[in-house]
Amino acid sequence: MKIAVCLKQVPTRDWQPRLDETNTWIRESDASYEMNEPDAYALEEALRLKEKHSGEVVACSAGPGRVAQVLREALARGADRAIHVEHDGLASADAFVVAEALAAAMSEERFDIILTGLQSDDQGFGQTGVVLAERLGLPHATIIMEVAVQNLSVRVKRELEGGWFQWVTMPLPALLTIQSGINQLRYATLKGIMAAKKKEIRKVSPPSVSSRTQKIAGLYVPEKTKKTQLIDGPPAEAAKELVRQLREEARVI
Amino acid sequence: MILVIAEHRDGRLNRATWETITAAQQLAGDQPIAIVVAGSGVQSVAAELAAAQVQEIVTIDNPALAAYTPDGYTAALHQAIQQLSPSLVLLPHTYQTRDFAPKLAARMGRGLITDVTAIKGVGGERAFVRPMFQGKLTADVIPQGPEPHVVTFQIGAFRADQAVRGQSAAPVRTIDVTIDASSIRQRPEAPFQQARQSVDLSQAERIVAVGRGIKGQEHLGLAQQLAEALGAELGASRPICDAGWLPMERQVGSSGQTVAPKVYVALGISGAIQHLVGMKGSNVVVAINKDPDAPIFEIADYGIVGDLFEIVPALIAALKT
Ligand SMILES: Cc1cc2nc3c(=O)[nH]c(=O)nc-3n(C[C@H](O)[C@H](O)[C@H](O)COP(=O)(O)OP(=O)(O)OC[C@H]3O[C@@H](n4cnc5c(N)ncnc54)[C@H](O)[C@@H]3O)c2cc1C
Ligand SMILES: Nc1ncnc2c1ncn2[C@@H]1O[C@H](COP(=O)(O)O)[C@@H](O)[C@H]1O
Repeated sequence: MKIAVCLKQVPTRDWQPRLDETNTWIRESDASYEMNEPDAYALEEALRLKEKHSGEVVACSAGPGRVAQVLREALARGADRAIHVEHDGLASADAFVVAEALAAAMSEERFDIILTGLQSDDQGFGQTGVVLAERLGLPHATIIMEVAVQNLSVRVKRELEGGWFQWVTMPLPALLTIQSGINQLRYATLKGIMAAKKKEIRKVSPPSVSSRTQKIAGLYVPEKTKKTQLIDGPPAEAAKELVRQLREEARVI
Repeated sequence: MILVIAEHRDGRLNRATWETITAAQQLAGDQPIAIVVAGSGVQSVAAELAAAQVQEIVTIDNPALAAYTPDGYTAALHQAIQQLSPSLVLLPHTYQTRDFAPKLAARMGRGLITDVTAIKGVGGERAFVRPMFQGKLTADVIPQGPEPHVVTFQIGAFRADQAVRGQSAAPVRTIDVTIDASSIRQRPEAPFQQARQSVDLSQAERIVAVGRGIKGQEHLGLAQQLAEALGAELGASRPICDAGWLPMERQVGSSGQTVAPKVYVALGISGAIQHLVGMKGSNVVVAINKDPDAPIFEIADYGIVGDLFEIVPALIAALKT
């Protein structure tokens, strides 16, 4: 089975936002980066599918040169090869532009199954996978918590709101957007890291970066709306004061 | 014209649709609003929606839409949009919307702005306000390219009870679309709830919830001690349950439990919207977080900025006196 997984590189969780001089984007050079969280679960699911059904796992990422880091990480965890759609503008591009760039690079590969994360931790569109499926003419399902491949079809467990789920079956090839928690992640081993050095990252340029469908006119730190009563002081005193307020003012304990 | 796409399951209208109607009314100016309902046997949903002050309710009634599928909905709604030619298409940002709206927008070759929390003017243009970077930043986004533009609204951003009701029921009209049943590739089964187990957090009076700030499973005991000192149940954010440190039934948020205790103590939880929707009905929210800019402080009543590993033991001690 030929399996693809789309990986986005995003700023690390403890990154403190800094804006560039236009106030419409972040200072990319200031940030440190990691693999988008649900994408790590998508990668793990791809590796498990390969272990079960054999075949290969191809990691794909679109973005500037720096995103090769997440591809190397995927290769170290067990992906067989990688495709890097390289273009500086892709980090701040919208989901349509990114999906089109990925589609152009991925279409000729004729993957049996493509996994993406359900949402990116930076732009948070929640769109790229579904748009990619439409561009490649594939059926899709989103927010997936279990994948069972059976011959020429796949049966998946979709997460619905409030603890509800639903099984959906569709023919292969198909695209699935993976939810965090679908599996337990593995980490790269030293052996994996060494083996990754010999694996191929193929660089491709997007045919043309399509015109954007949305423009960020301003980016800013959200205004504070509600005033939390912040209690300061050394831990022991702050704790005492909090307990006093919860007992005497809020009367909830 | 502004088109609202209604959401329902088995003839039960999703309340979030009313929030989107409120947003549409605020955006409309003197433009008419229509609401479209797709499904099979949707007349009662249409009748319920007709209470809104809008120009009309448009139904698409087709057996191929009896169960929701992204292929079926995309085909049907694409035709509806072609017939109605709205300038804006609005939806609530639900899981179902996430499943088909990007496909619909892509098929039309139009932009889709998701998870919008507010609408404002920027330099004479209309901008849609949305969170980015996990809520650390907010963006004013202006759609580009030809209309219609497609926009989804974050749950809770607009109030359902502020939707203006009409003096008389809006007219309901059915439009015809052709759906080739064989072009629907997804075969859905009936939705189910995973069997409820030992705890029902929705009934808890007090909850101590742990987030990724707890760092390791071995530290859960500390949160457990605080919960015991408060007479509280233990809850968690999603990553804690994803990691298998606590069972799913203790997860609070959009994909977990919705809770409304007297007091909710959030330990090392950043306050992502998917978490907040599950607990913002709490009477009193206490947040302990080392980051003073964490979004949880937007909704907390009481807060201590600091290291939970110092503060929680101090709280346990203070509760014992
Ligand atoms: C479709 C969908 C559904 C989702 N459903 C849910 C859901 O139901 N429930 C849910 O919770 N999430 C859900 N999420 C995930 C959600 O978006 C967030 O990723 C998640 O809530 C973050 O969890 P967290 O706050 O524990 O972790 P983080 O966001 O990583 O925050 C950790 C916090 O701990 C603080 N911290 C770190 N160390 C310390 C310390 N020593 N002392 C004090 N504070 C410290 C940090 O400052 C930070 O604010 C969903 C996401 C999607 C896309
Ligand atoms: N630049 C990118 N390169 C590779 N995959 C991406 C990229 N952007 C988004 N994706 C994939 O699409 C998913 C959804 O992203 P988004 O639409 O930005 O929320 C992510 O979890 C990734 O799997």
